Amino acid sequence: MAEIHLKQLAHSYLPHPTGSQDYALKRVEHVWEDGKAYALLGPSGCGKTTLLNIISGLLHPSEGQVYFDDRDVTSLPTEQRDIAQVFQFPVVYDTMSVYDNLAFPLRNHGHDEAVVRERVLRIAEMLDLSAVLKKKARGLTADAKQTISLGRGLVRENVAAILFDEPLTVIDPHLKHTLRMQLKRLHQQFYHTMIYVTHDQTEALSFADQVVVMYDGDVVQMGSPQELFERPAHTFVGYFIGSPGMNVLDARVEGNRAYVDGLSVPLAYSYDAIAGTKVEIGVRPEFARLMSREDAGGSGLPVTVKRIEDVGRFKIARAEFLGRELNVVIPEGIPVSDRADRILFDAQHVNVYADGWIVKGRAA
Amino acid sequence: MALQLENISKVAGRETHIYPTDLSLDAGTLNVLLGPTLSGKTSLMRLMAGLDKPATGRVLWNGNDVTGLPVQRRNVAMVYQQFINYPSMSVYENIASPLRLQGLDKASMDRKVREIAELMKLDSMLSRKPLELSGGQQQRCALARALVKGADLVLLDEPLANLDYKLREELRVEIPRFFTESGAIFVYATTEPSEALLLGGNTAAMWEGRVTQFGPTLKVYREPVNATTAQVFSDPPMNFVNVTKAGDKLLFGEGQSALAFGDLLALPDDCYMAGFRPNHLSLVPLDGQVLKFHAEVTVTEITGSETFVHLQHADDAPWVALAHGVHELSIAQMAEVFVDVGNIYFFNAKEELVAVAAATKAA
Amino acid sequence: MKTWNNKAWFMVVPVVILVAFSAVIPLMTVVNYSVQDTFGNNQFFWAGLEWFNEIVNSERFHDALGRQFLFTFLILIIEIPLGVYIALHMPTKGWGRPVALVLMSLPLLIPWNVVGTIWQIFGRSDIGLLGYTLQLLGIEYNYTQNTFDAWATIIVMDVWHWTSLVALLAYAGLQSIPQAYYQAARIDGASRWAVFRYIQLPKMRSVLLIAFLLRFMDSFMIYTEPFVVTGGGPGNSTTLLSIDLVKMAIGQFDLGPAAAFSLVYFLIILLLSWVFYTVMTNIDKQER
Repeated sequence: MAEIHLKQLAHSYLPHPTGSQDYALKRVEHVWEDGKAYALLGPSGCGKTTLLNIISGLLHPSEGQVYFDDRDVTSLPTEQRDIAQVFQFPVVYDTMSVYDNLAFPLRNHGHDEAVVRERVLRIAEMLDLSAVLKKKARGLTADAKQTISLGRGLVRENVAAILFDEPLTVIDPHLKHTLRMQLKRLHQQFYHTMIYVTHDQTEALSFADQVVVMYDGDVVQMGSPQELFERPAHTFVGYFIGSPGMNVLDARVEGNRAYVDGLSVPLAYSYDAIAGTKVEIGVRPEFARLMSREDAGGSGLPVTVKRIEDVGRFKIARAEFLGRELNVVIPEGIPVSDRADRILFDAQHVNVYADGWIVKGRAA
Repeated sequence: MALQLENISKVAGRETHIYPTDLSLDAGTLNVLLGPTLSGKTSLMRLMAGLDKPATGRVLWNGNDVTGLPVQRRNVAMVYQQFINYPSMSVYENIASPLRLQGLDKASMDRKVREIAELMKLDSMLSRKPLELSGGQQQRCALARALVKGADLVLLDEPLANLDYKLREELRVEIPRFFTESGAIFVYATTEPSEALLLGGNTAAMWEGRVTQFGPTLKVYREPVNATTAQVFSDPPMNFVNVTKAGDKLLFGEGQSALAFGDLLALPDDCYMAGFRPNHLSLVPLDGQVLKFHAEVTVTEITGSETFVHLQHADDAPWVALAHGVHELSIAQMAEVFVDVGNIYFFNAKEELVAVAAATKAA
Repeated sequence: MKTWNNKAWFMVVPVVILVAFSAVIPLMTVVNYSVQDTFGNNQFFWAGLEWFNEIVNSERFHDALGRQFLFTFLILIIEIPLGVYIALHMPTKGWGRPVALVLMSLPLLIPWNVVGTIWQIFGRSDIGLLGYTLQLLGIEYNYTQNTFDAWATIIVMDVWHWTSLVALLAYAGLQSIPQAYYQAARIDGASRWAVFRYIQLPKMRSVLLIAFLLRFMDSFMIYTEPFVVTGGGPGNSTTLLSIDLVKMAIGQFDLGPAAAFSLVYFLIILLLSWVFYTVMTNIDKQER
């Protein structure tokens, strides 16, 4: 196990990049702490797979270095890095039995058959594969194959990190749950450094201690799931995490008040004059409430409710405010009045953004 | 217009893909086929389209038997999980292709193509080739081609499965809008319960080649007729515990007891299986008639707004609690969890729903 | 009630007619000849299974069959591994890829009798590049006199002509392997050999089965190229089954025995192909 340090890392797939638009990965300086579970979250083409392949050594970065603890591994080939990786589509050695699949990396490293046996049996036990050890790997289901790929990584002692490249893509929703839980349990038992690449926020947030959000080759924010949810550092994070995404409105901010089209919205913090051409406020649908004019007592933004979608666990109210869509999440069991035409925000959770980036306020 | 399947089944070799099924879909409705992989969603769609010949039964269109009619002579459109477009044609030509086959005149074809392209937000890329587009745009193009045809039956087989999470969310909101304007019968296959709920309409829950329940989506979700449907329509899976009814008393695993009420009073004394959804298993005490269980925490997953807590209760299958907010719990700790009796489903030995408390019923 | 119609059968009719004229009718003619005897004048006498008996028990047939097996065996054990080896080393991207594909396709485009003629001239010690060079190097080489040289020539010629086919098929098989497999193997620390043995070979298996069957059937029926080069000589040493058959049918005009010969020949190919195919697909199934 090791701490992974990315030093001034950048990568372009072009031989002679001229500007920042040519880079798939722009200047990343980052430390992956030993034993933590990370998720790398972003839309397709944001550079997350590029970053993963640089860590595993499948790709040589154009600029910068990769350190495992104090060791510069930038030009070390994959096989010398002690990395395990699980790919999007299950990779198993078709003609081998499950046992031989698990034993493969150990045998490649010339381990004694007794050692191989002991470790394979232990890992198989841990991953519930004991019953199928004698079967040919290719006849198994997709989730069993993914478990085998994971097992091939785990059998090796001293794995520096386990990397996952969208490992649940081909897995049924019911089984996704089981596999995700299994991963989490493994992590909580063994504390391997794990880096999990995905575009699915639920997978990222539920798996990781720390989530790294990437957008267009840049790391936009890194934080705990709770931080990302409550204080998105960029409007993109607000949009990308959460379903539906964060409501964003153009605003003018003075002290502890924001003005949206002249209507006042109270803020929990106070702001000095904000530098930046575009000022916005962002509120998650979970922190907005829909109520009638009387209940709102004169405050709140006037809206027209377009429709209410009941999705079982909660309802989503799609409302219109001066031509812009605002979403409100209404928890199960809370009734919605027919006369609801005001939206109120929870002041604690109204964030202020300047040119897309969050602005910190002073305690009011 | 209506599509009716009468006692339809599909057998391939020794395997039965679809057991005899009756299903009736009305015009202008959105119908979701919900079930895990290999539950028969695609097979059922192929039977509806006329791509496959049923082993038994009939397919009726507005009461006319069309069982033997090949797909070319039915007015059907289909969209697949893979983005299927003609790679050598422009987006415009792709969308126009079904209209050309219908022999439409140039002016009205052009009008229709532009109309649908605008709806699908493809109007700025009509001259591009499909492979130059992003995945979401490619699938929009395939959807546009299916919709422009004006088909009576539009079949969508997991159309969003290969797309990014956020794109999926956007298209999911858009799809119900198109169908309300077309008046056709839409059939949408998915493996995800949340997708079915977001789409609304009707849902047919499928499991191992059988339609276990068909009805309005929320009704199927709130009042599953059996444990299988409940499980198909629950993500994370439903939690189960044994319960014995004796008189007006309900006795649960650890000796918790509750008073029967509503529909429950009419149940004969017997052993039952009680099921409740993860979001109804609370980590904090609740009001009302509440049961308290002790379970061991195996894993916690925190998503920022919610926490998934995986639990092991006695010898039952693993439980999951989905709680609002952030809850830090350490592994192997014993936790107290609460469930409102009003949110419990009662299933008999045959796993059929026998009673549902009033609070969970669909409005 | 409209049911599933049988129109599709009409689409198949042209093929059925074509197959009838090109295969079934000639075959039946051969069957007809094989059970009769003729002394010309279009007079035929019933001979029963006599010709079959004679052919199956004749030393001449046994020798030709033995040579045929040896030839097919030799070219298979050379062409399959060599083809796979070439496929593994063909460039997979850049400008090298189309160039390699074109070069590999070239031998396949040359007509069979031209291949024979090329090698016939190539191997001549007076004007042929190969024969002359070997002569200069002091190596005795004469494919018209020496049995070993004749065999070497026709085998090298067949390898030159057909290895490309195996290589192209194997190459197509290799191209279908996703990159993730190679990456996983690197991470698992697999050797080059292990990658070949556990990833490439299993993924190539179905195309190699096709290559094997094609090369088996083709080589078992080979006629033109060795006939042009050696004419079956020296002596009868390179007289393979088909050459022998033609000698019998055209040279000696023994229609009855030749017909019986062709049927036995046909049955052998059919039987062996079936055996190979069944064995190979069964291995496939067992491993599932």
